[in-house]
Amino acid sequence: MDDAPSYGYLSVAVIRSLQVESVLHEVMAATMKKVFESEWVSRLIDGLLPVFATLAALLVGAVMLLFLKVNPIEAYKALWVGAFGTSNAFAETLVKATPLLLVGLGICISFRGDVINIGGEGQMIIGAIVATWVGLTFTTLPGWLVITLAMLAGFAGGAVWGGIPGVLKAYFRVNEILSTVMMNAIAVQLMNFLLRGPMIDPAQAELASKIPQTARLLEIFRLPRLIPTRLHLGALIAVILAVLVYILLWRTTLGYRIRAVGQNPHASRYAGIKVPRYIVLALLLSGAFSGLAGATQVFGVNYRMITDGSASGFTGSAGFNGIVAALFGQLHPIWSIPASILFGALLVGANSMQRVVQVPSALVIALNGLVVVFVVSSEIWRQKRQRRRLSVARQDGDSPPPADEQPVPHTEAGT
Amino acid sequence: MTESNKLPSGRSRIDSLEMRGITKRFPGVLANYKVDFDVKSGEVHALLGVNGAGKSTLMKILYGLYHPDEGEILLNGKPVTISSPKDSIHLGIGMIHQHFMLVQTLTVAENVALGLPSSRGALTDLDRVSKRILELADIYNLKIDPSAYIWQLSVGQQQRVEIIKALYRGAALLILDEPTAVLTPQEVDELFVIMRQMVKDGHALIFISHKLHEVVEISHRVTVLRDGRKIGTRLTSETTKQDLANWMVGREVGFVPDRGKVEIGEIRLKLERVVCGSDRGTPGLRGVSLDVHSGEILGVAGVSGNGQRELAETITGLRKVTGGKVFLEGKEITNLAPGEITDRMLSYIPEERMRDGMIKDFTVAENMILREHHKLPYSRYGFLNLRGISKHADDLIKQFRVKTPSQETHAKNLSGGNIQKVVLAREISRNPHVIIAAQPTRGLDIGATEYVREQLLVERRKGAAIMLISEDLDEILALSDRIAVIYEGQIMDIVPRATATPEKLGLLMAGVHP
Repeated sequence: MDDAPSYGYLSVAVIRSLQVESVLHEVMAATMKKVFESEWVSRLIDGLLPVFATLAALLVGAVMLLFLKVNPIEAYKALWVGAFGTSNAFAETLVKATPLLLVGLGICISFRGDVINIGGEGQMIIGAIVATWVGLTFTTLPGWLVITLAMLAGFAGGAVWGGIPGVLKAYFRVNEILSTVMMNAIAVQLMNFLLRGPMIDPAQAELASKIPQTARLLEIFRLPRLIPTRLHLGALIAVILAVLVYILLWRTTLGYRIRAVGQNPHASRYAGIKVPRYIVLALLLSGAFSGLAGATQVFGVNYRMITDGSASGFTGSAGFNGIVAALFGQLHPIWSIPASILFGALLVGANSMQRVVQVPSALVIALNGLVVVFVVSSEIWRQKRQRRRLSVARQDGDSPPPADEQPVPHTEAGT
Repeated sequence: MTESNKLPSGRSRIDSLEMRGITKRFPGVLANYKVDFDVKSGEVHALLGVNGAGKSTLMKILYGLYHPDEGEILLNGKPVTISSPKDSIHLGIGMIHQHFMLVQTLTVAENVALGLPSSRGALTDLDRVSKRILELADIYNLKIDPSAYIWQLSVGQQQRVEIIKALYRGAALLILDEPTAVLTPQEVDELFVIMRQMVKDGHALIFISHKLHEVVEISHRVTVLRDGRKIGTRLTSETTKQDLANWMVGREVGFVPDRGKVEIGEIRLKLERVVCGSDRGTPGLRGVSLDVHSGEILGVAGVSGNGQRELAETITGLRKVTGGKVFLEGKEITNLAPGEITDRMLSYIPEERMRDGMIKDFTVAENMILREHHKLPYSRYGFLNLRGISKHADDLIKQFRVKTPSQETHAKNLSGGNIQKVVLAREISRNPHVIIAAQPTRGLDIGATEYVREQLLVERRKGAAIMLISEDLDEILALSDRIAVIYEGQIMDIVPRATATPEKLGLLMAGVHP
């Protein structure tokens, strides 16, 4: 240090301030440490993680946009406006989010029960077919009754389609990932057969084009609209069901058992829970929610069943995207609501982005993929973080110090 | 002692290793506080303490897995820094972990070579590794086949592979972290033979354990840790089990619990020539007949793997009975579903509590109702009654002195002893008529062990019929009214406690009628 008097005062001041700062710094660090170690902050960080992951994905997307010589700010603005800009846009986002949420609710149930249901597409299709049949058959009944029956029929159809792989897994140890995917293929072909044959729109049957679609539902059978947009009752039903699924999972013995079996089938069996039954139920309920998603698509959006021959031609891949939405919502039914809206917004906003800044649609799909990759990685990171936190807390298998018992004070003399 | 600064493995000895004033803090916990510890060539120094006393932390510091906040380590009198296991291995320190670090699908030689540079560069040198393994095996009398796959080996053999691995890397000082926890009594004896040989050859061994009789048997000196502090170091020959136990827990420990007098009542559990298979497809039980009376503890002694698991599982309905009958309070329960048997007030404390007794990601409160969740007051009409569940959890946490931050804590965050307390609380609080307790104190520290035993005696006093399946003869002798010895799926004999001696039981356990 320079000892020249002119600098003396200054240096003392600097040192003082440094000391104060270091003390402050220590205090800050200690506080920060405490804050970061406290349980709810950790939870908050964990909760916000998907949001950060999404932002990171959009950042990478921005680089891709730059390569395409598109101004990313402009593009994302178009995306935002397209998804949330007007009440119509927002309604459209919610319309897209509805099947994602319904499928996602089923995924919350099955994944909590450690059953990996990849059959959302097929279950949606079967639910839609059964519901459509109800709508086209009972044309003389009152509208509210037919809608109710059709929704229940969709629910039941999906349940059967999910229940079959459930039974196969529970009693014959067939891997459910394989069987649900296979059931998707069967459902698609069944749909193609029905929509080109027995259930084809009589008008199309006479035309040469033979577009695979059913006849239009009667106007009184349409799900009521909530506001003067395309937003229909299905969205409200989905949100109510999200609450019900939360209650199911954490407030009923059925949910307790599904979760118990999912976490540890051995202990569940020892405790007297009939494990296979709850494996079937988890998949069956999961399928039922997808089936309902299919039914609401027909009764709330298209008013008929229509396809291009592929599964996504009818479902718009909601059976798969619902899985992503549920995982994004950390398999929690309530968190799945914002997660579904986010993915709905991406779907809708991406369309308008495509229109406004003229990017290829492939980029939009890539953007979706990026979000998924980032979210999944952040989830892995979160789990690692949690493990580390726990291992520190446990400290060699010791229990964390209980609240009423202070840990050994640091200052006390040894031995 | 002239030329022999070398060990038989060719490596030079570690004459002395000293840890001075080691302090290690974790958030909220003081794991080690000013601990001094030393070990010399040619001795077994035991490190004794209950779970969480700081034994493992101290040894992980020595092995370079943790860094001490304060203190120093001296090797042959010179200070050394150990910042990673690589450093410690380089210095000649090896560690045998409680859970083996072996790749199941690789051979012994491949496991030993794993992570080491090959003498042939990019090509493997497994033949040379195997040769060296055989040399070492010969020197240290460790029978091992370098080409055997790990999954083919018994637990005891796998431990030998770990020892070879350490020796291969030139370990002169070996840290054995609870090496006997996973071994059968015979395997423990074999391990001790190996350890004695190594000590004779000039190795220094650190033996971590909370089993007193083993410490007394094998060690030359013993250091006791409690709450992260060193309580003291003594020559093993100058201490008694009772002294060490008091040091460990910090108070007088009653080894023989007060059993009290209990009227033996009616037969609660009866097995008639029960036959069943085992997981390996061989016969598990071959005609077991037993009965357990109200107010009685029937001890089932035997060497591990002689049908104990099958016995517990046939009674609880988890394993199919292929012959014979099981009666609970006079009614036949053969091959009923586990839930139906449980509902007839049979409680079960399973051997593998983490796998079978607990749901790790459920909260303590949720675990407490695992068996009774479908009954009042925990649920009604299929809906859980959170208030009832919470009150139940609070009551049991208090009553059974479970150490947990809250009832919302996930079970996986509790220590082993407290997890067992949760299982015990759940099973006992139902006021069961019959209790099957399988290895209820295995892996628990003295405090928790004592507590579990006390609770079983309390239930006996209340009139429960208890079957205590244990490999710990001391436990069987301390608690049982009668002792059944199981050997190869059959009951060798049932002896009253008064006439049972360890020697007599030992012979029966070996399949010999005295």
